[in-house]
Amino acid sequence: MANFGVLLFPGSNCESDCRHAIREILNQPCDLVWHEETSLDGIQCVVIPGGFSYGDYLRAGAISRFSPVMGAVDELAGRGTPVIGICNGFQILVEAGLLPGAFTHNSSLRFVCRWTSVRVESTETPFTHLLRKGEVLRLPVANAQGNFVLPPQGDDRSRKIVFRYCEEDGAVTAAANPSGAEDNIAAIAGRGGNVLGMMPHPERGFESLLGSQDGKRMFECAVSWIESRGRAV
Amino acid sequence: MKRFSVRIEVKLKPEVLDPQGKAVRNALRGLGFDRVADARVGKLVELAVEGESRGEVEKEAGEMCRRLLSNPVIEDFSVKAEEE
Repeated sequence: MANFGVLLFPGSNCESDCRHAIREILNQPCDLVWHEETSLDGIQCVVIPGGFSYGDYLRAGAISRFSPVMGAVDELAGRGTPVIGICNGFQILVEAGLLPGAFTHNSSLRFVCRWTSVRVESTETPFTHLLRKGEVLRLPVANAQGNFVLPPQGDDRSRKIVFRYCEEDGAVTAAANPSGAEDNIAAIAGRGGNVLGMMPHPERGFESLLGSQDGKRMFECAVSWIESRGRAV
Repeated sequence: MKRFSVRIEVKLKPEVLDPQGKAVRNALRGLGFDRVADARVGKLVELAVEGESRGEVEKEAGEMCRRLLSNPVIEDFSVKAEEE
């Protein structure tokens, strides 16, 4: 068992999908947490869902990072608690400095909503530790500002890359990149590897009815990681 | 206290690809403005701020840029304050 908390900002719109996936399909306890809360006591995994928090004003995630709950997220992240930011959640984590980099408009200038394939580049995160390095997951993206840019001074850059957009056979190509993201980066990890940001939506890949169960596998990783850590402590 | 109007420009760094600017350039050329070689699109923020001096107000506006109005990873900013 793992207690999940899905954060809710004004303008989030994937929180119900996340909660449904976690409660009804993963069968784990999950609460919605309003962004004005200052405590995340009892939460073992923080989910920052997609959407358009604060209307994407200024830059996506730029205003949300100052919400009171982000102080608690920072604290949990520092203690090694798994934190996952999905789409707008990824943008918020980047603006908050919990992950490196920044986002600009998709190179196509379009809102891109489609299935993508992503290759697992790192299994050293709570959300990927049971996956195989090099395997290909199928998950959908839906964003306008998914064009990820790493900071130029970034040392040891590859260590932080968790997923890269690829073809179905795992080949990393420009055509497989939906947004123009640097190095085809679809997900990166920060701090001690416990903070993950990803543009594809795992909560939309939880049921075979929806076309993929790969998102569910990521959350099963998180539950197993939390359970084994609980035993170790 | 004096009142200043502050003009803040936030632009993508030259080395960061600007898809919006590229689309604007192509649209302008499509309209026949074929001497347009390049276009970059940024943001303009205008503030009304109270303060003692222009220098003090500009210093504070710079701090606003670093903390919220710009993202130092991809953007540069410039600040100009004028007494109203």
